[in-house]
Amino acid sequence: MTAGNLPGHQRGGAFDYFTTKKDEFVGWARKFSLFPYPFVTACCGMEFMSVSSTPYDTDRFGAALPRFTPRQSDLLMVVGTISHKQAPVLKRVYEQMCEPKWVMAFGACATSGGFYQNYAAVPGIDKIIPVDVYVPGCPPRPEMVIDGIMKLQDRIAAQRHPIINKDF
Amino acid sequence: MTAALFEQVAQELAPAGGAPEVAHGVLVLNIEPEAVATTAKALKERFGFDLFLDVTAVDWPERAPRFDVVYHFYSMRDHVRVRVKTRVPESDPVVDTLVPLYGSARYMERECHEMYGILFRGNDDLRPLLLYEGFVGHPLRKDYPKQQEQPLVPYRK
Repeated sequence: MTAGNLPGHQRGGAFDYFTTKKDEFVGWARKFSLFPYPFVTACCGMEFMSVSSTPYDTDRFGAALPRFTPRQSDLLMVVGTISHKQAPVLKRVYEQMCEPKWVMAFGACATSGGFYQNYAAVPGIDKIIPVDVYVPGCPPRPEMVIDGIMKLQDRIAAQRHPIINKDF
Repeated sequence: MTAALFEQVAQELAPAGGAPEVAHGVLVLNIEPEAVATTAKALKERFGFDLFLDVTAVDWPERAPRFDVVYHFYSMRDHVRVRVKTRVPESDPVVDTLVPLYGSARYMERECHEMYGILFRGNDDLRPLLLYEGFVGHPLRKDYPKQQEQPLVPYRK
């Protein structure tokens, strides 16, 4: 018996089409294809490695394939302290990403500057670029990162995609 | 062995007034700013202190002269360290560079220059190293406001 002869798989059979809302379909497709750009600057990078590799495995959420060019990625993960000297680089990386794009502030330093309050550190990357999801912790537990990814997925899935919008 | 070497170094290099001491196993020489280059040259060429470990400064805001400039040298032959300290005033914080003796001094002097404002006469490359062009002031001086930022990217509203 070939695949084409399986019950329900014939042309005109039960699985020939499905119905959904366009917004839900686009959101469902997008939320499982997050291509992260890891902007790793500090010790949170260790925790990033932990959460992205086997025991925790962000690939379960479709967010494990890092693209090391911002032009191919849609999730900017800012992992670690951003210094004032580095801020122009971060802003340029963000501007190089194509729409749609999202930003995760990973850890206390990216969220708020953490315990740094001095001449060197930016007090939170949201002073420079817009942030969609904040993951606190120094460093955050992998469970918190996964929770942040899932919250971001919920947000992506709930976005509306009108056929005619202000740009088109 | 170490004690004998320290004795010899102190005898030859310590100025008449400044009593040399041994702190935590490190010989400490307090010298005048003008004597930095000659002291380092003698340490390197006559006593075998071939590794330049660090130069940094200490800010004493209440004191005159205000800054200590502190050097550390290491002898890979004898496995001992020497600390050389000198005092410079805020109005004229100048010492001679050690770049002709130790190439590694180039970067350490750059860092000390941007953080404390110490000028190293003869080092022709005192551009910011960890800081950036346009940064005003010297952040490790005690009178630099600890929360003052100088962002390069304008903050979002």
